[in-house]
Amino acid sequence: MNIDLFFQYIVAGITYGTIYAIVAIGFNIIYNSTGIINFAQGEFVMLGGMTAVTFHTFLPLPVAITAAVFVTTIVGALIEVLFIRWLYKPSVLRMIIITIGISILIRETALHIWGEGVRALPYFSGTSVSALNIGGVFVSPQVLWVVSIGAIVVAFLNVFFNYTMLGRQMRACSANRDAARLCGINAKNVVTFSFMLSAAIGALGGSIVSPITYVQYDSGTPLAIKGFTVAILGGLGNSTAAVAAGMILGVLESFTIAVLPAAYKDVIAIVILLGILFIRPSGIFGSTEAARLKEF
Amino acid sequence: MRTSYTQVFGFTALIVAIQILTMVTNSSYHLTQLTMTAYYSLLIIGLCMLIGYAGQISLGHAGFFCIGGYVTAFFTTHDLSSHKANPVIALLAKAGILIVRPDLYGGDLLTVHPWAACVVAMLTALGVAWFVGGPVLKLKGHYLAMATLGFGTIVYRIVLGTTFLGAADGISDVPPFRVLPGIEISGNASVRVINYYFAWGLVTAGVLLLLNLIHSRAGRALAAIHGAEDAADAMGIPTARYKLNTFVLSAVFAALAGVLLTHYNGGIGPSEASVMKSVRYVAIVAIGGMANLWGSLFMSLILNYLSLRGYFGTYDDAVFGCILILIMLFAPEGLIRRSILRDLRRLVSGGGVEETGS
Repeated sequence: MNIDLFFQYIVAGITYGTIYAIVAIGFNIIYNSTGIINFAQGEFVMLGGMTAVTFHTFLPLPVAITAAVFVTTIVGALIEVLFIRWLYKPSVLRMIIITIGISILIRETALHIWGEGVRALPYFSGTSVSALNIGGVFVSPQVLWVVSIGAIVVAFLNVFFNYTMLGRQMRACSANRDAARLCGINAKNVVTFSFMLSAAIGALGGSIVSPITYVQYDSGTPLAIKGFTVAILGGLGNSTAAVAAGMILGVLESFTIAVLPAAYKDVIAIVILLGILFIRPSGIFGSTEAARLKEF
Repeated sequence: MRTSYTQVFGFTALIVAIQILTMVTNSSYHLTQLTMTAYYSLLIIGLCMLIGYAGQISLGHAGFFCIGGYVTAFFTTHDLSSHKANPVIALLAKAGILIVRPDLYGGDLLTVHPWAACVVAMLTALGVAWFVGGPVLKLKGHYLAMATLGFGTIVYRIVLGTTFLGAADGISDVPPFRVLPGIEISGNASVRVINYYFAWGLVTAGVLLLLNLIHSRAGRALAAIHGAEDAADAMGIPTARYKLNTFVLSAVFAALAGVLLTHYNGGIGPSEASVMKSVRYVAIVAIGGMANLWGSLFMSLILNYLSLRGYFGTYDDAVFGCILILIMLFAPEGLIRRSILRDLRRLVSGGGVEETGS
């Protein structure tokens, strides 16, 4: 493998890694505020991409994406209010099954609205064949869009969680829910908001990658599995580590395509997931002691 | 134990009644779907044992079903006649493990005997379940769900991406399976009734086996593990071994279901391994009341039959998704158990039956 090709694979890996990291951050936001793994997380990404494509038929691109994010956020809020808000201390098994049910419902609804066709937004700038030559490596402008928007999302979240009232309330709830409620924080609204935020981030991610990866009614589940792999790899609940873990998975995956048939691409992510779960469930950046204290 | 025999008798009566009903109304074509339902039910009762009694969720049982189905389909359709000279093949042929059967064009095919293929399929499932189950069952909650979902997805991706397993087309032209003289598992209309009874007889035998297991030392150990794993461990119950054994047992049930349904349908496709199938099985166990073998079996009979007859149309998966959500929201203990069994028991015993914690 020559050096140019090597960097080409790295670029592809980083592109996919960004979207995995965005899904993983979505997992983390909901996990931190509720202790639930939302199996419908991948569906938010799919829904965002699909609605953005539909809106783009009559709206300019930035407006269409904003509208798609808005719609998905509403869906996220509805899910929380309808299915989760009023449950009293649900067991983990129950929550797993409910969120799986929700993911099926979203997917089937998407199938009936949009059909089985593969859709995509146009490239934000340039076309599918335009490429920037950066030191001998050809990079599609869309890759730069994905990576930079991904970086903005992460930066925004850091500011949000550290410097805004709502973000700090969310962190308080994830640290100790009862104590947060004693301080006058409305924990239920915080949970609703975490679903909205997670849906919004997922939808934004789905919109920006759809020109590269395309979107289909069933593209949510594989993304959810990979996003979860990344969330675990970085340590559940740790969003900064999720970005690094996303890059690791993305790059590993893009190199395995060079060796193995592409049909087995998804298998690699799952093998990594299983390996991590078996050997070090706290993630490569997480601490083992902290993981032991969490409730799985 | 007395009650379980009345239940078995009642269930057998129901199966016979259904057959007589189809005979009287001259609609025996329903039996085809009912036989397929029986094989899915075989998987369901095994899964019910794992989820309901051992308290371990599996979102990958369609994977074991497919391992069974694909192994038997591959061995009974793969023509070995070009390797006749190979001493190993010759020895196997002499031992009766390989059989010669005519193909569509009048030539001869040398394939593995269905019985041998069935044994290999179940052993494969057993081995895989044992290998995967060891580390997977150390996980709990979300991690366990994701790991088993991951396992199911791996099987799906492999059967979809492997050319000698037919890739997206699956394997077809699987020969009938002559289990015993006179009993041949195939979709042939002339053997429909005998197949129907064989399939449901097998399910009943499976239920009896599991019921005996539940009322034995192993069953009580599983109940303890489900209730409080740490406490069970402290009592000296080898929790890991019991969980693994139950997992392997349910995987073998799933593989057997896969083997028999593949012979019955004459083929298998990758859609059988899809995540949606696994979720559907969990949905049926959930609606049947988790730790309720009869409830799960009954719901499996109704839902699988309706689904296979196509009553849900294009909303097939959506129906199962709705069922999952509604049951978990409003009746996490399952439909059957909640509305009938517990209330009945409370009436009979006169006292309150303790609520089992969700």
